[in-house]
Amino acid sequence: MHVPDGFLDVPTSIGTAAVATAGVAAALNGARRDLDERTTPIAGLVAVFVFAGQMINFPVGAGTSGHLLGGALAAVLAGPWLATLALSVVLIVQAFLFADGGITALGSNVLLMGLVGVWVGWFAFRAARAVLPRKASWVPLAAAFGAFVSVPAAAATFVGLFAIGGQADIPIGSVLTAMLSWHALIGSGEALITALVVGSVVAVRPDLVAGARDLLAERPLEIRKQVRV
Amino acid sequence: MSTRRFAVIALVFSLLLAGVLSWYASSSPDGLEHVAQTTGFGQTAQEHASAGGPLANYETKGVGAGRLSTGLAGVIGVAVTGLVMGGFVLALRRRGRSTPTDLPQVEPTERG
Repeated sequence: MHVPDGFLDVPTSIGTAAVATAGVAAALNGARRDLDERTTPIAGLVAVFVFAGQMINFPVGAGTSGHLLGGALAAVLAGPWLATLALSVVLIVQAFLFADGGITALGSNVLLMGLVGVWVGWFAFRAARAVLPRKASWVPLAAAFGAFVSVPAAAATFVGLFAIGGQADIPIGSVLTAMLSWHALIGSGEALITALVVGSVVAVRPDLVAGARDLLAERPLEIRKQVRV
Repeated sequence: MSTRRFAVIALVFSLLLAGVLSWYASSSPDGLEHVAQTTGFGQTAQEHASAGGPLANYETKGVGAGRLSTGLAGVIGVAVTGLVMGGFVLALRRRGRSTPTDLPQVEPTERG
C-alpha cells in the first residue's frame, strides 16, 4: 500500500502532508493523556511489531501480494492516538531508511495507513464490540472486523486521492474496482493476523489491550496510596 | 505474565519476523503496485530519492542480496523503529507528567 513518489501530483501531496501533520499533532496531544505504565511499553512494541509484520508479504493470488497494514491492530492494542503515532514512526523509518514509500508521498502514506487505517479500524472495532457480548474473549473477533474494514477503506482513500491528483489519465471506476477487490482479499489476511495477535495478547495479558480494558473494569478495585516517583 | 517477560517475548517474535521470516515473504507486487501496473499508472512512479541508501529495499549494502542482507535490514529496522517510538513516548510521558493538572496541587501551608 506504500505510495511511491510520482503517483500523486505536488498539490495533492502537499495537501495530504498538511492533513497528516495535523493528524500527528492531534495524536501527540491525545497520546500524552493515554500514556501510563501499561501503554508505554505496548506503544513501543506495537510500532516494532507493525514494522516487522509489514515485511511479511503474503500471496493473495495471481502474482499479487499483500502485507499487514497494522492500523486496526495497533489501535486495539495501544489505543488510536498511540496507534497513529506508531504507524507514523514506522512509515518515516521505512521511507527514509528503506526507500519504501516515497519521501514526497510520506504525507499520503501517513494519511492512508496512520489515519484512515487506524481510525476506520478503531471505529469499526468499536462498532463490532457494541453488538458482540461484553467479554474479553470476543475482542479478537471485533479486532478482526476492524482490520478487515480498514484495508479497503485505505484503498478507497487512495483512489480518492488518485481522482484528485493522479499523474495518469485513467478511468477512476476501473482503479476503484481493482483496488477494492484486491484489498478485500488483503483485508482478509489483515483480519486473520490481527485476530491471532490480539487473541494472543488477550490470552496472556488482557489488561495490556487498550480495546479490552473497559471489560476488565469489573475487577475489584484496591486503594493505593499515591506514590510520586 | 510480567510486563517485562511479555515485552521480551514480543520483541523476540518481532525480531524473528523481520530477521528470519522476512526472507520467505512473497516478492510479488503488492495490491497497490499490482493495480498500478494492470490499470496503467505504474509508470508514473519515480525512483525513490534514497534508492541508493545503505538499506534501500530492505537489503543491507555490502552484504549482497541474500538471506543475511534482508535479515540484517529487518533487525536494524526493528531496532530503529523501537528506539524512535520509545524515545517519542518517553518524551511525551515526561512532558505529560510535568503538566500541572497531572500532579496533586499541594499548597505550602504556613506553620507559624
